[in-house]
Amino acid sequence: MASTVVNEHIDHMEDDHAHEHHDNFITKYIFSTDHKTIAKQYLITGIFWAILGGGMSLVFRLQLGFPETQLEWLRPFLGKWITAAGKLDPEFYLALVTMHGTIMVFFVLTAGLSGTFSNYLIPLQIGARDMASGFMNMLSYWFFFLSSVVMFISLFIETGPASGGWVIYPPLSALPQAMSGSGLGMTLWLVSMALFIVSTLLGGINYITTIINLRTKGMSFAKLPLTIWAFFLTATIGLLSFPVLLGAALLLIFDRSFGTSFYLSDIYIAGEALPNMGGSPVLFQHLFWFLGHPEVYIVLLPALGITSEIIATNSRKPIFGYKAMIISMLGITVLSFVVWAHHMFVSGMNPFLGSIFMLLTLIIAVPSAVKVFNYLTTLWKGNIIFTPAMLFSIGLVSFFISGGLTGLFVGNSAIDIQLHDTYFIVAHFHLVMGSAAFFGMLAGVYHWFPKMFGRMMDNTLGYIHFWISFIGIYMVFFPMHYIGIAGFPRRYYSFTNFDAFSTFVDLNAFISVAAIITFGAQFLFLFNFFYSMFKGKKAPENPWNSNTLEWTTPRNPGHGNWPGEIPTVHRWPYDYSKPGAKEDFIPQHIPLSETTESNLQHEAKIVAEEKASAKA
Amino acid sequence: MIGFSIAVGVFLILAILLLIFRLHTLVDVMKKSDEKVGNGSNKTNAILLMVFLVVSFILLFWYSIKNFDLYHLPIASEHGVITDRLFWITMGITGIVFIITQILLFYFPYKYQHDSKRRALYFPENNKLEMIWTIVPAFVLTALVVYGLVVWNKVMSPAPENAEVVEILGYQFAWKVRYPGKDESLGAYDFRKIDATNDFGLDFSDRATYDDFTPRELHLPKGQPVEFRIRARDVLHSVFAPHFRLKMDAVPGMPTRFWFVPTKTTAEMRIETGNPDFNYEIACTEVCGRGHFSMRLLVVVDEPEVYEKWKSEQESWLSKNPEYLTQVPENLKELAMIKSQIETTTLN
Repeated sequence: MASTVVNEHIDHMEDDHAHEHHDNFITKYIFSTDHKTIAKQYLITGIFWAILGGGMSLVFRLQLGFPETQLEWLRPFLGKWITAAGKLDPEFYLALVTMHGTIMVFFVLTAGLSGTFSNYLIPLQIGARDMASGFMNMLSYWFFFLSSVVMFISLFIETGPASGGWVIYPPLSALPQAMSGSGLGMTLWLVSMALFIVSTLLGGINYITTIINLRTKGMSFAKLPLTIWAFFLTATIGLLSFPVLLGAALLLIFDRSFGTSFYLSDIYIAGEALPNMGGSPVLFQHLFWFLGHPEVYIVLLPALGITSEIIATNSRKPIFGYKAMIISMLGITVLSFVVWAHHMFVSGMNPFLGSIFMLLTLIIAVPSAVKVFNYLTTLWKGNIIFTPAMLFSIGLVSFFISGGLTGLFVGNSAIDIQLHDTYFIVAHFHLVMGSAAFFGMLAGVYHWFPKMFGRMMDNTLGYIHFWISFIGIYMVFFPMHYIGIAGFPRRYYSFTNFDAFSTFVDLNAFISVAAIITFGAQFLFLFNFFYSMFKGKKAPENPWNSNTLEWTTPRNPGHGNWPGEIPTVHRWPYDYSKPGAKEDFIPQHIPLSETTESNLQHEAKIVAEEKASAKA
Repeated sequence: MIGFSIAVGVFLILAILLLIFRLHTLVDVMKKSDEKVGNGSNKTNAILLMVFLVVSFILLFWYSIKNFDLYHLPIASEHGVITDRLFWITMGITGIVFIITQILLFYFPYKYQHDSKRRALYFPENNKLEMIWTIVPAFVLTALVVYGLVVWNKVMSPAPENAEVVEILGYQFAWKVRYPGKDESLGAYDFRKIDATNDFGLDFSDRATYDDFTPRELHLPKGQPVEFRIRARDVLHSVFAPHFRLKMDAVPGMPTRFWFVPTKTTAEMRIETGNPDFNYEIACTEVCGRGHFSMRLLVVVDEPEVYEKWKSEQESWLSKNPEYLTQVPENLKELAMIKSQIETTTLN
């Protein structure tokens, strides 16, 4: 067992706790340093972006599903981006696709997911009064807010927001001559992302420091809930990879504004040959995907951590293979840094590199498979309660399987030749990363809402929300596999120019309808969320009979989390349905000596040793 | 007026929904149904999970079988046969895993739904099981990797020496093609020489350029290796020929290549697909701006004899644009006239 780090500044924090009542509105709700408030700020901002990013997808789904339809009625919102003929402007279509990707990947599934739950759960689950640095934590949110403001403004400028795809490959993104979105829109995108990276780093350093240094007495790494392990590794990945994106963005800024040639060479555009020589667009792709691929796991790991917790709690069963789960996550973390070039099999890079990255990519499937099998075994012979959070977690595992398996196609360079940049890829990553992480976020909100707001969300609305979303998401993304196998390229405004892509008109319309319904169902959630915040049934302290420490706090934990002493941890977080125990759960703070009837052999030994040492 | 009635309708529906919701919460409070687990909703959700599993599997198989020809494009290249075989083998393996894991994922919750009289099995770990499902996937994946490597290395191997070389140039928003002409050697180019007429930036100090020709359509001989030399002159593009299972990015400043053997002529494909208007196409698959979706290049695959005949009928670029003779160095002018056949055309 790893030794425990004693939380030295507990006493100090308790002093702070006494001053809590002096908070005014601004320090309590706006410039708050309380991790719980910051988490809620992240959540609300994430929800705002999710509505916007999701709404954008509806606009381009309308174009794809019903290319003939009149979109004149969108003119009040989109203005000149609706052409005189009542159609969506092709360049704005690309802007929508780009912004949808950027918003969803970074603002919703990175900030909204990691920001919310890392902030909320780390101190509560490891038994700390707050984050290591509350001030840095506050800065992290406000940098994110600033980044959001800049990105939001970029939506409204005359030349339109960045439009070269969320991967912003140069030269397209470097040359305003190439498309109007590469002008001011791209500058704002880069500024916004630079601020975002600052926010992520400030947050990440804090998460890591807090987890290493502020665990309560007895909370060894081997007793951490899997959520915390996931957040810990996520923050580590972010800390190592986001700076590379910053580097890539800086070089791009130099190319755009200061005449350097990092990514530009041999370019003739808009009637003139540019002076840039010797740069390489492929260099940018390497740098971008060095973040871009780990980013997939930054999005996914927190969702998997949340799911592990929820599935164990609601199966009333210990998570199967706790150690194997940690080792898998560690494996994924390390491997996530050495698979990036599988996004570039046909980028023109040396085919030998393709071989290496295919090998490494398929290795990463092993830990992912282990995780899935462990979830399945956790469900096996459980005593399963279907809370909305549990249903969303099961849905997440289903998406993770469906999308993960298609990874074996696209990770195989020979198959990827045909599938690269088609709708097969769109289907693959929307299931395995987009929908899975989104479901993780929803599951987390349903599960921890009672602790966040002291009230319960409505279950029935939750069930309806789950079923429409779950079926809807499959209806949207499953058909895309067929369209992708048929070779339909992504980011196409319309398919009418090609004989080869003239089919699947009906399927595309079907997907669009499914997308509209799925999006509509999210308003059920929004209603449930905001209504329950004020009018929901009052929550008990531990509504799900869960073991982790956050459920030992009062109904509305104040600044400092626990009114008295922080509980000491005596066991791992998954003692559910332990044979011999009175209840089907034993929280982490219950000493082994109080549960002699259910102690396992090695635990009984520890109790005996403790007694012996107490006597001596 | 219609807008107004829609708004009223939406408002009424929302009001009714809200009312139902209030009623339902009140009834819930009365019945205290939240306080016990394993109430009706638990069973309903368990059953729904099973229904979802069965219905979606039926839909999946029905659609996949019924529409096979719709999503499976006929293969028209030699390497396409082997990459497609790898695709379908992967489909078989992942398909089995998909079916088993999804069935378990939905069946377990149904089977083990909550029962207050029962306790879950305390089963925290089992190293043997963990080993099994680490090692088995590892072996399967190794097999896939090895197979994939063999195929990949074959596809990406250097083109045979007798390959027909064709240059494809991507720009906003179309493709241009260039053939080496009779000397079987593509002439040099320089992006600084590009202008409104000289799209390729042909460099006329290189004698290999004189007989290069640039037709509107891409013609290829059936059964012979063809090597695409791919380049872009403004932003990234990507050459994608779905029937040939071929894709390669076009990168400004970094020429790329892809070689393959077409196996079916356009005429043969018209018979195979039953579509008299069938044509091979090349599309762009790297987002390149406003006209990304319209970068279509028509490809014609001919019998080798027909192809040779077509090739011999093509006029060189220089003969079509004789004003560029001024860019040819003095000492090479005569050679340029002969190679590009300007002289013969003027004599005729």
